Amino acid sequence: MSTPDAFDTVIQLIYVLAASCFVFGLHLMNNPATARRGNQASTVGMIIAVAATLAVIVHGGVISATGWIVLAAGALVGGAAGLYSARTVQMTAMPQLVSLFNAVGGGAAALVAIHDYMQAGSSVSGTTSVFILLDVIIGSVTFSGSIIAAGKLQGVITSAPVTFPGARFINLALGVIALGVGGYIIASPSLIGLVVVLIAALVFGVSMVMPIGGADMPVVISLLNAFTGTAVAMAGFVIGNWALIIAGALVGASGGILTKLMADAMNRSIPNIIVGGFGTGDVAVSGGPGAGAGVRAIQADDAAIQLAYASKVIIVPGYGLAAAQAQHGVAELADLLESRGVDVSYAIHPVAGRMPGHMNVLLAEANVPYPQLKEMDDINPEFPRTDVALVIGANDVTNPAARRAGTAISGMPILDVDQAHSIIVIKRSMGHGYAGIENELYFDPKTSMYFADAKTALAELTSAVKTLVG
Amino acid sequence: MYDPALLVDLAIFVLSLWVGFEVISKVPATLHTPLMSAANSIHGIVLVGAMLIAVTANNAVGYILAFVAAAFAAMNVVGGYVVTGRMLKMFRKRPTVPAPDAQAVAAANGSPEVRQP
Repeated sequence: MSTPDAFDTVIQLIYVLAASCFVFGLHLMNNPATARRGNQASTVGMIIAVAATLAVIVHGGVISATGWIVLAAGALVGGAAGLYSARTVQMTAMPQLVSLFNAVGGGAAALVAIHDYMQAGSSVSGTTSVFILLDVIIGSVTFSGSIIAAGKLQGVITSAPVTFPGARFINLALGVIALGVGGYIIASPSLIGLVVVLIAALVFGVSMVMPIGGADMPVVISLLNAFTGTAVAMAGFVIGNWALIIAGALVGASGGILTKLMADAMNRSIPNIIVGGFGTGDVAVSGGPGAGAGVRAIQADDAAIQLAYASKVIIVPGYGLAAAQAQHGVAELADLLESRGVDVSYAIHPVAGRMPGHMNVLLAEANVPYPQLKEMDDINPEFPRTDVALVIGANDVTNPAARRAGTAISGMPILDVDQAHSIIVIKRSMGHGYAGIENELYFDPKTSMYFADAKTALAELTSAVKTLVG
Repeated sequence: MYDPALLVDLAIFVLSLWVGFEVISKVPATLHTPLMSAANSIHGIVLVGAMLIAVTANNAVGYILAFVAAAFAAMNVVGGYVVTGRMLKMFRKRPTVPAPDAQAVAAANGSPEVRQP
């Protein structure tokens, strides 16, 4: 590389400009009306940063022909894979894709540090070693952890918590290895030492996510997102690049905020979720339809009458809606009710689904206007004025037991569904939610249970309402 | 121990974290998935780091690292921006096909928030 000159100054300023585009882009995300422009601003920042880096490479003039080929081939393969997955992914599968992008981002950040370490050899400074280690550890944990998370979300790996005796001991041992060997190589650089740390971190990522159940995924994805950002910022320290430091810090902050919001919405601490072993994942608990005394079952016709003659209906979607791909069905029913003059809105619990905001994206896909999607604190006061609350595939977030002390979900903020005049719950069986406890809502005298798959039930309801109103 | 360049980097990092907290805490829950996806695309900036690996790589291991890093980062950037754009395109204030009873729709859409510019 040449000595610092005007060229380098301009490049640094361009990186600052790119980082400003990222901040501005995120700022525009605070409103659905401007969010698309935010994404465009952020894209412009990225193009600027990549173009500046290309200029640096050409200006430096040290890259070999093989270097160009490798770079172009890698970018082409990765870009094509990214484009294909982004174009074809189903909205219900967004959590998996986000998790996958976390994995590759963290992986790339770790590779940057590894390569830098190889190049520097024994001449690497102590401070640089610290950042390289942090980058390799955080990046590798993110890489393997996110792949496991994506596998669980896709259903390739069981979404139930996987625990075994001694798991905590193994995690502890991995931590000791990573920190011990890491401390050693800060003092005396050794590539083998770094590889040991790398492997320990990769294994740790797997053992960290395996014991976490499916319903805790909103927290896990947010946390891994924060990790990726931090790893990228560490890579920025290693190669001395402001764009990476700023962008990484922004993502770290974003992931951190979402992690906190999700954990609060479950009334659980982040360490408690990471320790895992909670709940049952998506595994259906046995217990056929109608099991359990004191539960009132309802058929499509009766449910349709209630809905068609209501003046205010609140729909409460949960993961079951996504699992059944029933977002279009619910939108069709809502449209039909609205055309009869029924006031329809949706109550979205912060942790409904498998990632923050999952339900909102699904309903947006089904053409539901976003002002109809209400957050928990806004919609709760409306339940007492609601004729029918239609609960679709949501369970624990509607359980009034959360208001009492001494239950598995005590203190968790819930949707006040039980305050509606009547409640219809669409559910396949009396199976428990992830907390593994009975939902007291189902035994409320005002509640009727409609035992069916969400998609089937919504189709039946829609046609029943149509027949009814002719 | 005094390293001005490192201190500047650290100051930038810490201040960027605060800027991030400030900006992102204003994002409404309805946009949390696109937000995370947008953050995902932004950490694709690691592509810059991956590109610089290709400059200094001079042996087989180096080239393999450069290839994998470039592929990972490019997937992150391209996929992240495309899917975020795809998602945000779906967020509408009103249904595309107006419902017959305009009054009911108006009532449902009745939040007094921003109007479409």
